[in-house]
Amino acid sequence: MNPFQFTRVTTPQAAISASTKESGTYFLAGGTNLIDLMKREVILPERLIDINKLPLTTIEKNVTGLRIGAMAKNSAVADHELVKTHFPLLSMALNAGASAQLRNMATVGGNLMQRTRCSYFYDHSMPCNKRGPVQAGPDKGKPNGPAGCGAIGGFNRMHAIFGASSKCIAVHPSDMCIALAALDATVNVSGPKGDRRIPFSEFHRLPGELPQKDNTLLPGELIMSVDLPTNRFADHSHYLKIRDRASYAFALVSVGVGLEMKRSDGSVHTIQDVRLAMGGVAHKPWRLFEAEQFLKGKEATEANFKQAATLAMKGAKSYGENDFKLTLAPNSIIDALKTATKTA
Amino acid sequence: MAQNEHPGDALETPDASRRNFLKQSSALAALALAPPVAVKAIDTGWDQKIATAFDPLPLQVTINGTMQNLSIEPRVTLLDLLREQLHLTGTKKGCDHGQCGACTVHVDGQRVNACLTLAMTTEGSTVTTIEGLAQDNQLHPMQEAFIKHDGFQCGYCTPGQIMSAVACIREGHASSPEEVREYMSGNLCRCGAYANIVEAIMDVKQGGKKV
Repeated sequence: MNPFQFTRVTTPQAAISASTKESGTYFLAGGTNLIDLMKREVILPERLIDINKLPLTTIEKNVTGLRIGAMAKNSAVADHELVKTHFPLLSMALNAGASAQLRNMATVGGNLMQRTRCSYFYDHSMPCNKRGPVQAGPDKGKPNGPAGCGAIGGFNRMHAIFGASSKCIAVHPSDMCIALAALDATVNVSGPKGDRRIPFSEFHRLPGELPQKDNTLLPGELIMSVDLPTNRFADHSHYLKIRDRASYAFALVSVGVGLEMKRSDGSVHTIQDVRLAMGGVAHKPWRLFEAEQFLKGKEATEANFKQAATLAMKGAKSYGENDFKLTLAPNSIIDALKTATKTA
Repeated sequence: MAQNEHPGDALETPDASRRNFLKQSSALAALALAPPVAVKAIDTGWDQKIATAFDPLPLQVTINGTMQNLSIEPRVTLLDLLREQLHLTGTKKGCDHGQCGACTVHVDGQRVNACLTLAMTTEGSTVTTIEGLAQDNQLHPMQEAFIKHDGFQCGYCTPGQIMSAVACIREGHASSPEEVREYMSGNLCRCGAYANIVEAIMDVKQGGKKV
């Protein structure tokens, strides 16, 4: 691991002011991704600001719903009574991610900031546009490895089918973020120019011409908390994760779904409201807005689920090894909807 | 508060001669390790920055019941601190990337991967390793159970498996073999002793002994 300066802070203000002083500075939270990337010399920070002592671990009700502190551990959030009772989709998604050890380390803010697991990104002898310029010392500004996208025309089984660009077809790896996208979360950040609230759908970005940039945070901004608005999805939530092994693997495809159901006179159930998001398919958590719109007011039938899945797949494009996702993704949507509506 | 806002100050050593020695010696070390980096750094007056990066920092942490006052480089992981500096080699280095669980230890009662934990972030914490599990020369019930159920073959993953297994029960995630398999998925065993490991954990859980 390359040498770096280490600074410990105990207030968000100190973290923000320390991070804006010099470039090449990274916040260190749980470290489950950052330390790994530093060991592989994919990221070469000049300074780390240890934010583990920041008092941002509270999970509490607020006027609009629930506020989760950015430094709350993934395991603490997943096991929290308020989360389990009112936002079970978030608990399910968190528990589907990583291992028990990593969930004890990883924080909510860090989870939002994690980088893709694209193997070309991790290997700086291979072409990758996302790695971008190195951050350290005299090599500052020089690219860390060759430019290009190794995954296009390469091993791309895990890669995107939505929203990719000719520069990058990597996917966002988080399970938690799929639930947060579906649950209309808001990210509260604090920075040198003050506080702002970022709607979850605007937090992560598509690769476009600038795949180095995963999100819309500005330099020096620190994630303080995540807000979840109250909803009526608790009784009909499901997180379906399809992966290569039963546990402890990244998603090939995942679906987060929350529904509000209305029981009609007969045995038919009507969908009052619905949220759908997918993981493993795009550079950011992928909300299925059109499918949601279609399902509202419809009966919970397989035919309607199939039509919703067809709508969701509009514009999908595969790259060879991930062709199977064009079938797996709609089937997963249908399956998740059946489970969540208890019509399976 | 002032200290918090200038955290670097608290970490400065008051001993000026030691500081100068470190600056010089780390500049030399930097030259030896990465000549282009160091030469450029000195040219541009960055020697101070590199010296800081190589300087050992103070760390106070309780490991297996003993308070340790240490001096470490910031890039040292908890795993390397345990094994290389404190010679607690029970905690194993498998993948060194958080994928195998061989390095599992408890920090403030929570199981974590020591390989992805910078030692500096454990300041003020309590760490328990496999060496700290047995009490008064009595093996921990989980250690007994692993022997009884043959929960290993080569044994390399075993310290991590046992630390993880103890936490699994303490967390309340060992109510069935299925749940144990899910919550132990962060510990890989290349020998494939999984069936016996699950049996050992279920035995301890059902035995009702305090873990």
